[in-house]
Amino acid sequence: MGGNGKKVIVVGGGLAGLSAALKIAESGALVELFSMVPVRRSHSVCAQGGINAATDPHGQGDSAWEHFDDTIYGGDFLANQTPVKGMCEAAPAIIDLLDRMGVTFNRTSEGRLDVRAFGGAKFKRTAFAGATTGQQLMYALDEQVRRFEAQGLVTKYEFWEFLAPVIDDDRRCRGIVAMSLDSMAVRAFPADAVIMATGGPGLVYGTNTTNSFINTGSAAGACFRHGVDYANGEFIQVHPTAIQGEDKRRLISESVRGEGGRVWVPKDGKPWYFLEEWYPAYGNLVPRDIATRAIFKVVYELDLGVEGRNVVYLDVSHLDPAYLTKKLGGVLEIYEKFVGDDPRKIPMQIFPAVHYSMGGLWVDFGQMTNVAGLFAAGECDYQYHGANRLGANSLLSCIYAGFLAGPAAVKYLSGLQTLPDAVTLLQQAEKRERDANNEWLKKDGSENPYALWREMGNLMTENVTVIRENPKLKLTDEKLLEIKDRYENRAGVPDKALWKNQPLAFTRQLENMIALARVITLGALARNESRGAHYKPEFPDRDDANFLKTTRAAHSPDGPVLTYEEVDIQFIPPRERKYDVEK
Amino acid sequence: MANEKSIILKIQRQPGPDKASFWETFELPYRKNMNVISALMEIQANPVNAQNKRTTPVAWECSCLEEVCGACSMRINGRTRQACSALIDELERPIVLQPMAKFPVVRDLHVDRSRMFEDLKRVRAWIDIDGTHAAGPGPLISPHQQALMYILSRCMTCGCCLDACPQVNSRSPFIGPSAISQARLFNMHPTGAMHKDLRLRALMGPGGVTDCGNAQNCIHACPKNIPLTDSIADICRQTTRLALFGSLRK
Repeated sequence: MGGNGKKVIVVGGGLAGLSAALKIAESGALVELFSMVPVRRSHSVCAQGGINAATDPHGQGDSAWEHFDDTIYGGDFLANQTPVKGMCEAAPAIIDLLDRMGVTFNRTSEGRLDVRAFGGAKFKRTAFAGATTGQQLMYALDEQVRRFEAQGLVTKYEFWEFLAPVIDDDRRCRGIVAMSLDSMAVRAFPADAVIMATGGPGLVYGTNTTNSFINTGSAAGACFRHGVDYANGEFIQVHPTAIQGEDKRRLISESVRGEGGRVWVPKDGKPWYFLEEWYPAYGNLVPRDIATRAIFKVVYELDLGVEGRNVVYLDVSHLDPAYLTKKLGGVLEIYEKFVGDDPRKIPMQIFPAVHYSMGGLWVDFGQMTNVAGLFAAGECDYQYHGANRLGANSLLSCIYAGFLAGPAAVKYLSGLQTLPDAVTLLQQAEKRERDANNEWLKKDGSENPYALWREMGNLMTENVTVIRENPKLKLTDEKLLEIKDRYENRAGVPDKALWKNQPLAFTRQLENMIALARVITLGALARNESRGAHYKPEFPDRDDANFLKTTRAAHSPDGPVLTYEEVDIQFIPPRERKYDVEK
Repeated sequence: MANEKSIILKIQRQPGPDKASFWETFELPYRKNMNVISALMEIQANPVNAQNKRTTPVAWECSCLEEVCGACSMRINGRTRQACSALIDELERPIVLQPMAKFPVVRDLHVDRSRMFEDLKRVRAWIDIDGTHAAGPGPLISPHQQALMYILSRCMTCGCCLDACPQVNSRSPFIGPSAISQARLFNMHPTGAMHKDLRLRALMGPGGVTDCGNAQNCIHACPKNIPLTDSIADICRQTTRLALFGSLRK
């Protein structure tokens, strides 16, 4: 065994997990990296538009402070300001590092990194690599981690699914239980420091999401059920521009609006550019929550959806086709490929879809959860986006949080006294999870877990996305309890094989998805205000007196218990968030 | 293609690596805008075959469903491609689904492509950075050079090129087009070029670039239109140069 004797388990191989793994391996400690899929296929590849950093290559006066202010303002003041400030200050150095790793960022004529405009930002600060920036960043980090894998410092467990954290009586993390998705073998893995980097829970909304099929939120949900607090769960970002598909919603990047795309519907026989009319200061580049609600208003309240359907136009057909191909080729290709029309000629038809969870596992400013030694980073943490995430801040927050969590885990191990033996604890956890699998394989319930999942997804989409009403939220929670009951008592796994049993794995995930659905719904029910992505017509204004607070959900046998925590607002005093005028 | 009311899918199934394969037929209600993934998802939610007998859901690999992750490669009507971008309306019916043939089957349409990730180690498909500390920006790269590198860097390790290549099979050690193209990508980068000989030497032995039979199937199979044959030709030139002059440089 190489390394300096320390070992950290990283769960998840997207940008956050790889960033953490890289820092840990570089420090000489060993990494065991668990992922449901080969890490190179993680959901981070889906991010199209870019990554924010105030590098100001065009000398417009951008700065880390402006980036910080845009992020806090865009997040409607719910994000803790100290960590966000740290992220924005670190961003330019992160971009430099990615550049050195060989990321194929687009270039200026001088050969330096180019930047583009993005929603909610008054300066151009989004570095990008074609239309697949997330994929390109993923590959660079994957390659660096592979380098350490070749040196023996990183061991990958690909096609392994996280089932539970192992936590001792002193509330310390002692390892994990995971399941091979090939042999279905259940095994406990000891580690005194574990980093969860398992992404978002988009599949809680069924197929009405831009998330990858692997983004069930199951791992975070399992942590929650084992006593890890979950924060701001009710803040779910709905992306304004997605293509409607049977299997998922496909994102059309905000960069389309950044490069000059206009949103409109026909009204009185003419195009009506409603975002430009309603929000003259930002126009088509208003943040995602504002654009989404505007589209909902046009379609549902004003009944102006294109051809009477629930879609609006996103139009780039007025722009030069060669320019479009150069700047947005990959995005437009997605539309052409999955719809069949050429957006250079025909306006795209789009509608909002669930995209990102601002909420996630509660972490302190060093990425540690309320369980000692258990860290979280990336979309599965709650720290960097407040009530609404700005476009192109997700790739940044994943890498930044991974870069914090990795060294924090190593430091935690260094400071650790000798802990009592955990062998029995690990064996018990392993047996519990194995027994759960065996129970499922014996059950012959008639309810199909995939059908149950779709039902839950539609329920959540209808009631807990853009417009939230308390009576409907209450009803949703009652229905979730009913779905939970059917899951526990009437569901059956439609496959009994002990090899590559995907339905068994999915059935286990569903339990955690239901738990998170309740956290999201009850968090929304309790928050009687409108802030960022969370909008209640009954309470249309932000209420700082009562709700400038982080929601913190703790697990109990009777469901989530909510408490509220002060937000760190020491640098920028909250002000009204308006996009019809300059901020 | 006529929009009949139902879709017939013929799927080649195999319960495990050492098990015999068999065909199973499914009939699903037709809806507009379906792709192969949504058809497989329909089977998950209601695993009943065309004979109206209960069966198990079909195993396959998928993740992003928007053709950037490379997971859902399979043979669809005999052609290896991504299932997510295979639109039902554009396919001949009945639709025939098979696992890729050049990789070991794990179960049903799910194959084991781990060799492709091992091949990336073999060609050192990475930049040897000094560390993750702050060390300023990377080298300047012209927009033209970036555009070329970006095209190569979109390789999703999906395996379509290997599946289509006649030189790739269980009796051949040929590394295949994608890893060769990645070696070209890293040799193009100013920092990567500092270690280009190591990549080239890895491709000079058995299974290396000279095992290419020039069938050119790979460029037609690549869902990202990566100029794989250009990459192979370029690496051929680079290895020849190294073989001829490499010893003089030392």
